[in-house]
Amino acid sequence: MTSALQRFLPLIVTTAVLVVGFLMCAAQFPNFASWRVVGNLLTDNAFLGITAIGMTFVILSGGIDLSVGAVIGFTTVLLAVLIEHGGWHPLAAFAVALIAAGGFGAAMGGVIHVFQMPPFIVTLAGMFIARGLGFVLTTDSVPINHPLYGELNDIALRFGAGGKLSLPAMLMLGVVVAAVVLAHWTRFGANLYALGGNRQSAELMGVPVGRTTVAVYALSGLLAGLAGIVFSLYTGAGYSLAATGVELDTITAVVIGGTQLTGGYGYVVGTFVGVLIQGLIQTYITFDGTLSSWWTKIAIGVLLFVFILLQKGLLTVWAGRGGEPAEA
Amino acid sequence: MTASTAPPSTPLLAIRGLSKAFLGVQALDGVDFTLRHGEIHALLGENGAGKSTLIKTLTGVYQRDGGTVALEGREIAPRGVEEAQRLHIGTVYQEVNLLPNLSVAENLFLGRQPMRWGLVDRGAMRRRARAILMPYGLSIDVTAPLGRFSVATQQIIAIARAVDMSAKVLILDEPTASLDAQEVAVLFKVMRTLRSRGIGIVFVTHFLDQVYEVCDRITVLRNGRLVGERRTAELPRLDLVAMMLGRELEAAAHRIDLGPAELDSRPPLASFKGFGKARSVEPFDLDIRPGEVVALAGLLGSGRTETVRLVFGMDRADRGEATVDGRTIRLKGPRDAVRLGFGFCPEDRKKEGIVGELSVRENIILALQARQGWLKPIPRRRQEEIADRFIRLLDIRTPDAERPIQLLSGGNQQKALLARWLATEPRLLILDEPTRGIDVGAHAEIIRLIERLCADGMALLVVSSELEEIVAYSRRVVVLRDRRHVAELRGGEVSVERIVAAIASETPNMEVRQ
Ligand SMILES: Nc1ncnc2c1ncn2[C@@H]1O[C@H](COP(=O)(O)OP(=O)(O)O)[C@@H](O)[C@H]1O
Ligand SMILES: [Mg+2]
Repeated sequence: MTSALQRFLPLIVTTAVLVVGFLMCAAQFPNFASWRVVGNLLTDNAFLGITAIGMTFVILSGGIDLSVGAVIGFTTVLLAVLIEHGGWHPLAAFAVALIAAGGFGAAMGGVIHVFQMPPFIVTLAGMFIARGLGFVLTTDSVPINHPLYGELNDIALRFGAGGKLSLPAMLMLGVVVAAVVLAHWTRFGANLYALGGNRQSAELMGVPVGRTTVAVYALSGLLAGLAGIVFSLYTGAGYSLAATGVELDTITAVVIGGTQLTGGYGYVVGTFVGVLIQGLIQTYITFDGTLSSWWTKIAIGVLLFVFILLQKGLLTVWAGRGGEPAEA
Repeated sequence: MTASTAPPSTPLLAIRGLSKAFLGVQALDGVDFTLRHGEIHALLGENGAGKSTLIKTLTGVYQRDGGTVALEGREIAPRGVEEAQRLHIGTVYQEVNLLPNLSVAENLFLGRQPMRWGLVDRGAMRRRARAILMPYGLSIDVTAPLGRFSVATQQIIAIARAVDMSAKVLILDEPTASLDAQEVAVLFKVMRTLRSRGIGIVFVTHFLDQVYEVCDRITVLRNGRLVGERRTAELPRLDLVAMMLGRELEAAAHRIDLGPAELDSRPPLASFKGFGKARSVEPFDLDIRPGEVVALAGLLGSGRTETVRLVFGMDRADRGEATVDGRTIRLKGPRDAVRLGFGFCPEDRKKEGIVGELSVRENIILALQARQGWLKPIPRRRQEEIADRFIRLLDIRTPDAERPIQLLSGGNQQKALLARWLATEPRLLILDEPTRGIDVGAHAEIIRLIERLCADGMALLVVSSELEEIVAYSRRVVVLRDRRHVAELRGGEVSVERIVAAIASETPNMEVRQ
């Protein structure tokens, strides 16, 4: 195996699972292989995908962000309250929500770095705080009726027969492309991988550890805020219990996408594929109609387990190889 | 060897009165260090002397408590590695392993990637990475993850990175630890080229041969203090070792009775031929006869601990053979060694020796019980007998045998550890730094005990940094340098001066004789 092939193997396997899964669904349901299904797959999972990209960066840097689901929930409530109760224009509310979410992430990053606290604990606390703040604003589900919401939801690129790329889907694809560039063509991206590889070595090699840590949690918060905006567009409401457990769904997508939970290894694109695999399973169950939706969770659980075993196996094989690779 | 260019009047780097303490440990205490343009300057001292701390305080990993640092006459105080790098100080830290998950090229350019249109120019990065590695004879796939290469290759890449960043100062903290002779030769060539360009190089190493091969000047630290700065050409090895060890070499040698000469004719209890392990200790021959004390002397890091770890099977030798009682044996682990009647008191008794929460009694019977197997517990009555006997014999100061051992003083813990192995009635007992960190009184008692044990026919293999002590009780002294057994002194030859001379001797494998 060449070294490049070996490096991309987790990504290749994930993609193969998606393609094979899609073909199997298409073989079973005649209407499945359509642009409409693909378009819905992207739209329905847009908020998850956007959040998972932020999570990928955090995990690559050797951390974790458990607050993202709560930040999405808080963002939807904040938007609803500002727009409906405060009479704000949605665009102004969006700006405030993004700043609040990004600032919240940056604060968690700062605490993690300055006090050398485990990210798990800090972001767990962040999760409770964000949920709590949402409830303080309002405990009700507040519908958002601003006309702009309707207009934004009508924006779509039509393609193929019945295919439709909605605004959320476009946003997600844009975030994925930007994230790939950020990860592989900027110094910040290299610093993230360095931090996830070995914090001490990274520091001794001149990586600005503090700045990078704050930035990556700020980025994750910002993307969770964006996902919150998408979620409120999608549901047309703000509710403090929205997106409960999404942090776990995103971590799952990241791991299925081939990123190592311990940091330092993985690809943003893999996470995107991981999100699509989860969406695909859900779509399958909808199509089937007889299966309980809980089968989605079971299938994802099994898949996650298999992928982690696969990664472990690959790592063992790599470690066992050792020595000098063949000259390229 | 001086630089081709005349050195300007201001030194490249002038460190004055540098101090740094860690929670009670004064790692650096008012140290001066001067690096001139175009010189290779060895920074020497035993482990813990403060070399790495000096480097890290200089490059902003640690913030200094006091003192000044001037680079080309300008005061500097980097607050982080990044800032030091911007001042053109390139460093290979002792523990740096770069990042195994990044590609070779990314490691070489982390934090200073070539950019184009605001983005990292990966193509240029690859090309320049290949060019940087060229002088080291490395033509490898620079896009492969670093972790896939051998430790030596990774080390060279770390050096190449630092060299490429060091327009003014290059600092190498023990860079040669995992390199072979050829790789070291390449490194020295690169260092000489940099020197001829006027760059100042700080070179930390444990290998004295390397110091005399490339260094122009030597600064020695001991216990965080400056011992002195000398020109290499004017400092004989003997004086250098004395500076590092800080010993008055004319120490009176009052030696104990060495035991009857007929000891030499006894068949060896254990015999090792060509025994060794790659990157640990060079192959060595070693015979140990019943009733004698063999000491291993050398600087820290010279391979003493590695030797005893091999003998006790804690590390597995990858070459040579071992015989015990004339029979060839295979040491697959400490259990094999224990079965053969070997015992081992490790250097770091906190980490590898005592179990703090257990009582003195339980600590003493631990090895004996392990040898019998845990399924056959030693009766409580017998345990108490054994514990009481050794507490009396070794004069372990404890109110009673049931006291948790962590409440005892260091010297008494050490004696309890010794008792643990004595209880197994070993034929060969290995002691690594038996008197380290214990008070003077216990010190003398442990030495007396060593003498008594040998009179009873037990063989002892002792590692110690206390040369006077070694001279006092050893029949034979094996001297190690650079992970090699370089000399063996016996009987009347054993003296502090001879040991120091052997540690400092120029040619490897030279027998030190008159
Ligand atoms: N980060 C640290 N925290 C606490 N003590 C330290 C630290 N680094 C070094 N020391 C202590 O400072 C002293 C000097 O260590 P070091 O500079 O590593 O010595 P050397 O490199 O000469 O072997 C030692 O006593 C060591 O235990
Ligand atoms: Mg050191």
